[in-house]
Amino acid sequence: MIGRDLLGIEDLDREDIVRILDTAEHMVEIGEREVKKVPTLRGRTVVNLFFEASTRTRASFEIAGKRLSADVINFTPSASSLKKSESILDTARTLDAMDPDAVVVRHSVAGVPRRIADVLGAPVINAGDGAHEHPTQALLDALTVRQQKGRVEGLTVTIIGDILHSRVARSNIYAFRKLGAEVRLAAPPPMIPAGVECLGVKAYTSLREALDGADVVMALRIQNERLGGAYVPSIREYSATFGLDRAKLDFAKDDVIVMHPGPVNRGVELSHDLADHRPSVILDQVRNGVALRMAVLYLFAGRATTPGSREVAGGAG
Amino acid sequence: MTSQQSARPPGSGTGEKASERSAPDAGGGSQQVARPLLDSTDINRSLMRIAHEIIERSEDPENLYLVAVPNGGIPLARQLAANLAQVAGVDVPVGVLDTTLYRDDLISTGSRPALRTTEMPSAVDGCVVLLVDDVVKTGRTIRAAMDALMDFGRPRAVQVVGLVDRGHRELPIKLDYVGKNVPTQVGEEVRLRSAGEGDSERLEVVVLPPPPDPGAGEGSK
Amino acid sequence: MMSADPENEILLRGGRVLDPASGLDAPADVSIEGARISRVGPNLTSADARIIDASGCWVAPGFVDLHTHLREPGQEYKEDIRTGGRSAVAGGFTSIACMANTQPVNDDPATTDFILDRARQGSPARVYPVAAATRGLEGKVMTEMSALMAAGAVAFSDDGRTIMDSGVMRLVLEYSRLVEAPVMTHAEDRRLVAGGVVNEGEVSTRLGLPGNPAIAEVTLVERDLMLAEFTGAHLHVAHVSTRGAVERIRAARDRGVHVTAEVAPHHLALTDERLLDYDTNAKVAPPLRSEDDRIACRAGLADGTLDAIATDHAPHAQHEKELDFVEAPPGMIGFETALAVVLDMVREGEISPLELIRRLTINPARILRLEAGCLAEGSLADVVVIDPSRKWHYDPAKGYSKSQNSPWAGSDLEGRVLHTLVGGVPVFDAERGVLI
Repeated sequence: MIGRDLLGIEDLDREDIVRILDTAEHMVEIGEREVKKVPTLRGRTVVNLFFEASTRTRASFEIAGKRLSADVINFTPSASSLKKSESILDTARTLDAMDPDAVVVRHSVAGVPRRIADVLGAPVINAGDGAHEHPTQALLDALTVRQQKGRVEGLTVTIIGDILHSRVARSNIYAFRKLGAEVRLAAPPPMIPAGVECLGVKAYTSLREALDGADVVMALRIQNERLGGAYVPSIREYSATFGLDRAKLDFAKDDVIVMHPGPVNRGVELSHDLADHRPSVILDQVRNGVALRMAVLYLFAGRATTPGSREVAGGAG
Repeated sequence: MTSQQSARPPGSGTGEKASERSAPDAGGGSQQVARPLLDSTDINRSLMRIAHEIIERSEDPENLYLVAVPNGGIPLARQLAANLAQVAGVDVPVGVLDTTLYRDDLISTGSRPALRTTEMPSAVDGCVVLLVDDVVKTGRTIRAAMDALMDFGRPRAVQVVGLVDRGHRELPIKLDYVGKNVPTQVGEEVRLRSAGEGDSERLEVVVLPPPPDPGAGEGSK
Repeated sequence: MMSADPENEILLRGGRVLDPASGLDAPADVSIEGARISRVGPNLTSADARIIDASGCWVAPGFVDLHTHLREPGQEYKEDIRTGGRSAVAGGFTSIACMANTQPVNDDPATTDFILDRARQGSPARVYPVAAATRGLEGKVMTEMSALMAAGAVAFSDDGRTIMDSGVMRLVLEYSRLVEAPVMTHAEDRRLVAGGVVNEGEVSTRLGLPGNPAIAEVTLVERDLMLAEFTGAHLHVAHVSTRGAVERIRAARDRGVHVTAEVAPHHLALTDERLLDYDTNAKVAPPLRSEDDRIACRAGLADGTLDAIATDHAPHAQHEKELDFVEAPPGMIGFETALAVVLDMVREGEISPLELIRRLTINPARILRLEAGCLAEGSLADVVVIDPSRKWHYDPAKGYSKSQNSPWAGSDLEGRVLHTLVGGVPVFDAERGVLI
């Protein structure tokens, strides 16, 4: 049963995930209409509380909210007044006094959405916290795979890149495992987190082995500061060993699809032609992002209107 | 707005869909004693009569557009399309319009019903749209369907077809074509469902008594 | 310690006396005259003594805490010497050593003087300053150890920071032999910690927080053990948290290295799983470790490898703990919960009451060469009366520290101090609270 907040895929069960994906399928149709707007959340306020800049995810949530007729307010503490010494819970309490119907939180440190949810009356939707989770990204990835392959169960999904610092990786591991896929990781050893097998995955240092028979290949974005001596010796070395191109893709299944959470460092994680053409489905991911976030706002926003009403709201639907 | 819609004789509106509108399904409420209202013969006879009435009243039958309110409206609209083809030789498009996101009770109840497919095969601009629903009660679903419809263009007119009109209207909405007017109690449920196992083509309408816990449901037909 | 006139005579009657220094573990009465213990034995009587009923309780020396942060001077919004001392005696600690990471740093005799002066004015517990080992805790230049000792410092440490420069650490250890004081090492290799805030392992992977690997502690402990062996100095390893460190300390002691070590109650009781809800009140340095590390620390305490239990009482204000997990400062308060937490090892049969009390009293007193931690006739009357099975609910808001950053907030605990006496003066009892 879907709870009050969407903090991570780890908290969801398979049925929750399927319900969100099913709802998103219907939201896709709204995006294809001439009038791409429904009155569902009219009079409701969705706050985008982004402590960490993210144009793309914020825009995706903003469009999703607006297509559901919610008023979407962007609240960016880092750009306004938040110093490092300001209590995040103070910020949350201030926001709560404004009585929002949902708060979408992004922060560079893991756990912040969780702690904000503890003091906030409104449902909290995690839009990415540190290297912890990015649940809407994983859900839109699962939706994309389901659309492309017709199923998720039984597929082999290979995630390549900086697993250690990736919230996308963690959320996708949970999501695809819960939906019955096999998940493999491939990365230079410093980018594989300690004890990652506890998540039900197998880590490879050989890209070729990790790709063998894969149905879905997901390349993660490499942060520039992690290149050039920090975790791998250089961009060139990373690109040569773990960058995807058509030749390396030969190890995967013939009908493999290639995904990337964006933005792509062209020529690093993916070769130029892979970034733009089949089997890459990156633009489908972006399109699905709006529909998936509409589904999430529909299922979570406005359900709890008073602090502490978590249990009551959790029983709805 | 057409004259049919602007005319608001009291008590002539249409009804409400509950979220668990289960439409043509078998077995729902098997614990309860179902009182038959319409059997498949009654339904087919009503739909044929309605098809004739539609043709009689239409200036341009080529311009009709059937839009089903799921789930119960879907088989009825399909049957109506077949009847219209038989009666007047017209090929009327059938669309399906989910009204869930247009409901007016989502916030107050906090419920989040599952969405259903919307499929509009062609533009509605300039068409006379026939909204088709199985059971009409409060009129709120028809209101939602009209709002949804307007997001798909500007029909020349909108008319409402209901197989069963239970009364209990809460909005000034009337049916243009009705299969049967049935006085019911508020707590009862009127349901279109499969008449027999393994035969989804044969439909029936039954009246189910109020559920034991009246607070459990979130609206009944 | 704040001075108050001792009562004429106090008789602690009917308790089980635990005095590890003499090995006494028997029913006995303890008589106190003035500031000192006058008699210990069965069925003592006195015509006009104040009687404290200790029946069903343990009577033990007051606890000695090698490792605390009292925040004064400089961060009095977190704690000061008076509130820290009051919290200490409420937890049974009658002698507490306070670390040098104040503002200004205690790297100068004037600061040491100030701390002792403040302690005399307001703290019911005896306060022993640990001076910085290097100026400004910068890890570069040694402090004036002789002058600091003369001012009252009892040990040297850059606690909170590690002396990363091995050459400086060698000199610090060598020089400490001049003053015959221990050098307390906070052993974490900063480069291996690399910004880690939780133990590196499955938990850090699930939480998505930067990991602090056990090896960061083990390598520095090993380095410092080798330097201690090389220099012949007394090395004291603070807050041991890993199996690797326990094993290396055990091996070093076996080959004759002059090393002592402490462990904190939280490392004996909690693991990194406690952080799965991102509770910054359980963020501490070194971090809560794995279950295997926890077991090794308990075994190390039981077999004597780890000499002492030290709280690492580290108060932080609520608004600081409400920062994100990386920014929130590490540390937890610990005086008032320590006894209940470590008594779990007695309840589990891992250590005897006498040996547990040894690690809270005479062992840490000997490490710092303090006159404390024993109940022999003539010794200072720093005494606690403990009910080891008293159940109570811990609410830090009702405690004596200025801060409330405890991982045990809201917990039901078992084992409580009922009376604390310092120099023959009752300073705390469970009914009336802190009395000075």
